[in-house]
Amino acid sequence: MADIKGTQLIHEYLRHNKKFPHVFCAGCGHGIVLGSLIRSIHGLGLSKDDVCVVAGIGCSGRLAAYVDFNTVHTTHGRALTFATGIKMAKPNMHVIVVMGDGDSMAIGGNHLIHAARRNIGVTALILNNNIYGMTGGQCSPTTPSGSFSMTTPAGQMEQSFDCVELCSAAGANYVARGSVFHVNKLDAMIMEGITNPGFGVVEILSPCFTQYGRKNKFKSPVEMYQALKKKVTPIERFNEIPEAERGERVPSGVFVKKNKPGLEEKYYEMAAMCQGGE
Amino acid sequence: MARPKKKHNKEIFALGNEAVVEGALLAGCNFYAGYPITPSSEIMEIMAQRLPTIPNGAFIQMEDEIGGIGAIIGASLAGRKVLTATSGPGFSLMQENLGYGCITETPLVIVNVMRGGPSTGLPTSPAQGDVQQARWGTHGDHSIIVLSASNVQECLEMTIEAFNLAEKYRTPVILLIDEITAHTREKIIIPNENEYEVFNRTLPTMPPEWYKPYEETVRGVPPMPAIGSGYRFHVTGLTHDVNGFPTSRADEVRELNERLFRKIDQFLDDIQLVEEVDTDDAEVAVIAYGTVARSAELAVKQARALGVKAGLLNLKTLFPYPRKATEKLLYKVKTIIVPEMNMGQISREVKRVNNGQVSVRTINKVDGQIIAPAEILKVLTRV
Repeated sequence: MADIKGTQLIHEYLRHNKKFPHVFCAGCGHGIVLGSLIRSIHGLGLSKDDVCVVAGIGCSGRLAAYVDFNTVHTTHGRALTFATGIKMAKPNMHVIVVMGDGDSMAIGGNHLIHAARRNIGVTALILNNNIYGMTGGQCSPTTPSGSFSMTTPAGQMEQSFDCVELCSAAGANYVARGSVFHVNKLDAMIMEGITNPGFGVVEILSPCFTQYGRKNKFKSPVEMYQALKKKVTPIERFNEIPEAERGERVPSGVFVKKNKPGLEEKYYEMAAMCQGGE
Repeated sequence: MARPKKKHNKEIFALGNEAVVEGALLAGCNFYAGYPITPSSEIMEIMAQRLPTIPNGAFIQMEDEIGGIGAIIGASLAGRKVLTATSGPGFSLMQENLGYGCITETPLVIVNVMRGGPSTGLPTSPAQGDVQQARWGTHGDHSIIVLSASNVQECLEMTIEAFNLAEKYRTPVILLIDEITAHTREKIIIPNENEYEVFNRTLPTMPPEWYKPYEETVRGVPPMPAIGSGYRFHVTGLTHDVNGFPTSRADEVRELNERLFRKIDQFLDDIQLVEEVDTDDAEVAVIAYGTVARSAELAVKQARALGVKAGLLNLKTLFPYPRKATEKLLYKVKTIIVPEMNMGQISREVKRVNNGQVSVRTINKVDGQIIAPAEILKVLTRV
């Protein structure tokens, strides 16, 4: 297994009976995340049967259908609730949730903060493209102020959520932010998110040229990736830069890493005591 | 002195809500997720105490009812027998995922202890206002099984029934009870293990690479492996092909939707449970369900004592609506009376089946009070 590389490795994990091509547009970052997820799972040596990928609705939600794991494509915003049920029912399973920014922070915002609070042992990958892609380019909770979308023709007037701060404050065990441009770092973050106990969140900046880029004066997907490269700054360096000079920079890296046991661990320990075990 | 004969059955003094828990555990329920709401909360509270004491039992209180039904769908896909309980407002929140349960063919049991409505309504008063919501609350056209219970013993029995039907037909099953039954305390008999049937979902026997998760079978119900058991397949709320992948091809869409109806509609005799009281020579019949059926039973007995040939059809299955049992009555009686704690949600079904053959009288009450036997007797003796 260890000597297969690149696309060969990806094919090892794709579903042979699924009708391809996929739904992602040219320049979309979601396919890179899919590759990163597969490399991470392969790198950890997990069995396909022990991995369950739960996804919400939208472009990111379609990701689950392509990979040969136990996969559940849920209702909009509710992926974390399904994942909570699966993890409580099968505590030894690696439950990985793939959500978009609207999925996780708008319709599913309540589930996100409570999954973090109860520290359920699932890993949430939040694919943040700052826009509602599949629905046709309306603004999302992370659309930056001033950005244009189908529903903010005069520019977004609302503030946007900072996913990392939100999940850290809500009590997640592991919080990291990466981007599809810095893919080696992303692989490491996903691997660490999966192995760390309790609730883990990896926010992944993944550009959407079709819906966001075009409306916000990016000439090509390449230009969006170049902007992403410039924007994403490792947290250590970000902290050294004076606040006035930070501009559009976004810190990336691991923000929270705690070792608290997940809810399922604590529950089954309690249940064993109730049943007169050790 | 002779020792008293050992009782084989356990007798307890229980609330309707407690009986639901007993029934669920007897049926093999080992997972509960939900959100507390009056008047169903006792079900959740007792589950929180009982489930950790049974091997593999799991309980979780979610952040809302949407989370509650989401978690039980996940757990059911992972092979558990799952329950959630709620009341009207919470049931409304569950509707979207209820449809998800239908299209993904996930066995679920949802108990709705009905309270007065609309909206927050009358949290501690009885009503039967969620009957059509149970049938048609979620979006899209679909088949579903809705049961009811009229006393505490029936709460236990119908909960077992709900689990069996859910597992047998791979579908969500809704048990509607009302606040009176849920909060009435009476003596019930807990059956021995061999006295009732427990049905578990059919597991696939073919090797994983041959398995098609949504393939047609003789019964229309495909076998269902648990997540993590070696059968890796895709579950989606999108209309899917036999492999579980999204499709919009007309033939595949039609095949799935028609099978979802067919798998329930061709087994009506197994699903449509009714209880008939004095209907053999009846000239006037009451069709009722839930607590009202209990009032009606007494009213029928009293009417008989007064010389009125009255009978009762107690609907234990509300949907698919027991058409056959109703049609049988239509040939015998001159009048059918349908008392309900709503403005006519089941009388609508009765009238549909009746199609103008005999006179249908309704008694409707939406003031948060029970329909007393005397109110039904009054109509029985006047027709």
